[in-house]
Amino acid sequence: MFTDYLRFPLIKSGAVCVGLLATLLSGCDRGQSGALEPDPVGGPTVMRRLTESQYRATIADIFGADIPVAARFERELRAEGLLAIGTGEAGVSPFSIEQYDAAARSVAAAVVSEEKRNSLLSCQPQDEAVFDGQCAARIIDDYGLLLFRRPLTEAEQEKYLGAAQQASEQLHSFYAGVKHALVGLLMAPDFLLRIERTNKSATDAGRQQLDAWSKASRLSYFLTNSTPDRELLRAAGAGELDTATGLQQQVERLIASPRFEAAVRAFFADMLQYDLFDDLAKDPSIYPAFNSQVAADAREQTLRTIVDHLITQQGDYRELFTTRKTFLTRPLGIVYRLPVVTRNGWEETEYPLGSHRAGIQSNIDFLALHSHPGRSSPTLRGLAIRDIFLCQEVPDPPANVNFAVVQDPSNQAMPTARDRLTAHRTEPSCAGCHKIMDPAGLTLENYDGLGSYRTHENGALIDSSGSLDGPQFDDVDGLAQALHDHPETPRCVVEKLYRFAVGRDTVWDERAYMDYLIARFVDSGYRVPELMRTIALSKNFFAIDPDSGHGVTTEHASAVTEKGVRS
Amino acid sequence: MKKFNRRTLLRGALQGIGVGVALPLLDCFLDTNGKAFAATGARLPVRFGTWIWGCGFIPELWVPTTTGRDYAMPEHLKPVEAYRDQLAILSGFDVKLDGVPNKPHVTGCLGLRTGVPVPNENVKAPTLDVLIGDQIGTATRFRSLELSTSGVQRSYSYRAAGSANPSEVSPLALYQRIFGEGFQDPNAMTFTPDTEVMVRQSVLSAVGDERRKLMKQVGAADRQRLNEYFTSLRQLEQQLALQLEPPAPVRGFVMPDAPPETSLDSEMGNVMENHKLMAGLLARALQCNQTQVFNVLLSDTASNLRRPGATTTHHTLTHEEPDDKVLGYQKDVAWFAQQSMLAWRDFLDAVSAIPEGDGTLLDNCLVLAHSDCSIAKSHAVEGIPIMIAGSGGGRVKTGFHLAGAADPITRVGLTVQQAMGVQVEKWGALSMETNRTVTDLLS
Repeated sequence: MFTDYLRFPLIKSGAVCVGLLATLLSGCDRGQSGALEPDPVGGPTVMRRLTESQYRATIADIFGADIPVAARFERELRAEGLLAIGTGEAGVSPFSIEQYDAAARSVAAAVVSEEKRNSLLSCQPQDEAVFDGQCAARIIDDYGLLLFRRPLTEAEQEKYLGAAQQASEQLHSFYAGVKHALVGLLMAPDFLLRIERTNKSATDAGRQQLDAWSKASRLSYFLTNSTPDRELLRAAGAGELDTATGLQQQVERLIASPRFEAAVRAFFADMLQYDLFDDLAKDPSIYPAFNSQVAADAREQTLRTIVDHLITQQGDYRELFTTRKTFLTRPLGIVYRLPVVTRNGWEETEYPLGSHRAGIQSNIDFLALHSHPGRSSPTLRGLAIRDIFLCQEVPDPPANVNFAVVQDPSNQAMPTARDRLTAHRTEPSCAGCHKIMDPAGLTLENYDGLGSYRTHENGALIDSSGSLDGPQFDDVDGLAQALHDHPETPRCVVEKLYRFAVGRDTVWDERAYMDYLIARFVDSGYRVPELMRTIALSKNFFAIDPDSGHGVTTEHASAVTEKGVRS
Repeated sequence: MKKFNRRTLLRGALQGIGVGVALPLLDCFLDTNGKAFAATGARLPVRFGTWIWGCGFIPELWVPTTTGRDYAMPEHLKPVEAYRDQLAILSGFDVKLDGVPNKPHVTGCLGLRTGVPVPNENVKAPTLDVLIGDQIGTATRFRSLELSTSGVQRSYSYRAAGSANPSEVSPLALYQRIFGEGFQDPNAMTFTPDTEVMVRQSVLSAVGDERRKLMKQVGAADRQRLNEYFTSLRQLEQQLALQLEPPAPVRGFVMPDAPPETSLDSEMGNVMENHKLMAGLLARALQCNQTQVFNVLLSDTASNLRRPGATTTHHTLTHEEPDDKVLGYQKDVAWFAQQSMLAWRDFLDAVSAIPEGDGTLLDNCLVLAHSDCSIAKSHAVEGIPIMIAGSGGGRVKTGFHLAGAADPITRVGLTVQQAMGVQVEKWGALSMETNRTVTDLLS
């Protein structure tokens, strides 16, 4: 996938061109709206827990993809509609600590194992039964920098070196000592939590800025869903992230890197609420085609479509709702009732015209996730369209509803969901919200609870007409176009992406900034990578409002900056 | 609990390491009253747990028609007739909303457990199991164990908003967590402290030393979250500390077999099976003092239980099923409500199957069983059904039905906390605030 992207000529030709591109972007590519970034507003610093995917990617990037992470991760917290915001609110339960410990021990044991130690550790002791302080210090400094995303302080160096020595001596093994020091680094709050620190002296329009190390982390997790690499840490240590050119170089480098795809995937997996797949069950007697392979392939199908369209093709975000291009496996082909020639693996293909599929909202991941175990749900689907794609909140149902009028689905008087919901909507306290949710969801009634196409429910022809804030339509193609054309569609993805980037809800004073991002997004032809670039390069991305509660500076921050990167 | 000092440890105080200590298994663990371990002189531990089932009840099938001791067992409580003397049935206690919007299936449950109704899942106080755990559960390997038997990974145990303790959903994973690595057979004939464990503990203790420095670096909200992190880290340190001491022998403890792989979903038959397996494992864990606090979630509060081949779940049925014209209630909903009570009987069977002292493990437990609402169709939080099982080692009285007469449900939570030794005089907020215990319960 990403190799396709590297064919994109501007990026491929390397650093010289990156500089040129940077000039182009800052100089004349402001687009027709001419939008300029308003003065930075910023918000609080955020202490964010690594997500499971970030933890795994971080370990893979630092130690190698074949290092096992043997742990069961706690379910992540969704706040304000995003797991990314939940990372700034979630606590760490005793269960999680047990699991982090298991993960840390499996990682550290693999790193010092006989087959790995020579390639992963920067030095070897003379005698592995004896502690070698110099070598241990090198290893701890090196991995300390990568794991804490900043150099260790002197006190920390001493602490972990002391731990290594004591463990070495007690266990009569240099490598056991290193292993336990690594476990300590992997259990430390500075690894598991991204603790953001500000640089008091660097102010911009009355706002503080993150310090260079915190900038590197924000950039890296936003643009690669993983930890800052050595080059980014070098740039942070050299003060390059505090200059426009230096920052631009790093942003271009990260966007051009193969790791960028992981960031786009992480954002859309969050936005599309894929964590709910953990709880997804379908009744096997009603949906025999459903199994965990289908569920996994369904998610991958949509993510592949998104990555292909947004990164490889540099496509217009809104076309995700109308595109017929997709990717299928054989297990998916069974549910879609489409032939898949490729025996194993993925096949790039197109939904045929007349197949009643267009856009990611007609993929089975979306349709199955927002359904019941034994049947579809126009209400859940309508709610998901509002909530996920349009950022429109629908209130919880009132508590004291009388549902008695709604009958059993097998009751032939009300064979279809539309009949049952129409009855339901006669209740005034329900009507307000159901009028918002149901008309979009009812158009998707042509898909059963798993997402297979159907024309009838309980023997009655399904009426798939619906509407979405004005436009009326008769089928899913109409819904696809309505989502494509809806003014909230681009606005919503901009808002979510920014909140994903900073790990918090937007603050009131950021309205002008959001308008700026939206104007730039429109100017770019609704290109999501360009939007991510705009966010990463904006002053607001690193701005901290010291009055907004959380943010506190540290003496620590400047102390480590002076030391620089010693790797 | 004796806390190992890392530094003394590391100075080589434990040079005798590796020398096994033989532990005699005593025939007589009980004193003459049958109440205490003769070997250690310690009293049998008291345990606290909650057991939640979703979507309430059918009142006419559950609420006894009379109060006091000699009530007739209603239809849905018949499965637990054998436990009549060890049960207190509490009906008619209300969550008072004070204008807080009732988030269906959440506000009632969390109101009962925190004393403060909330319109979402952002609790404003810890749940009572955490408060009680801080009192009784700090010396065990696990501060608490959470289990969920219908495939839903959540729990209703919160130290603070944003940090619900996750539930184990798989019997096999639960088994491995309790009886896998790090478990010490209490009746092993020899004890050899593991140097590796000692090293691990000292490393964690070094990490924990960062607490004071970091707490100064972050704002108030994050300080609370960091505090949770360090509290959790301490639990892990303590698990390791316990592994360095010879465990107290437990009469009659038999290591359970590993359970089979099971289907982890909400189909009622699978749920019953998983629940039985997990209850059995929990009982064994309680017996050998791995934890003194637990939370079991039979079905989520918006219950996703279902019958095979049915298009509609328990929760959806409560809203969509018409009342049966002859019976006068929702027939399929009643089936799930009854199954829930059968599961409750299975739970009591599992806990009381373990002999302890001159009775069973159940006698030394206080289990608070409750739902999230009374009548699920309307999400009513008035009259949420509650049962208390076990006497908590003689700390509460059971064997009766009490009608709460619309009193705030916090009276029950307050009573239970006091019985478990929590220093609390009044509990709850606004109309839910109370200093009145349920005197019938107190011994």
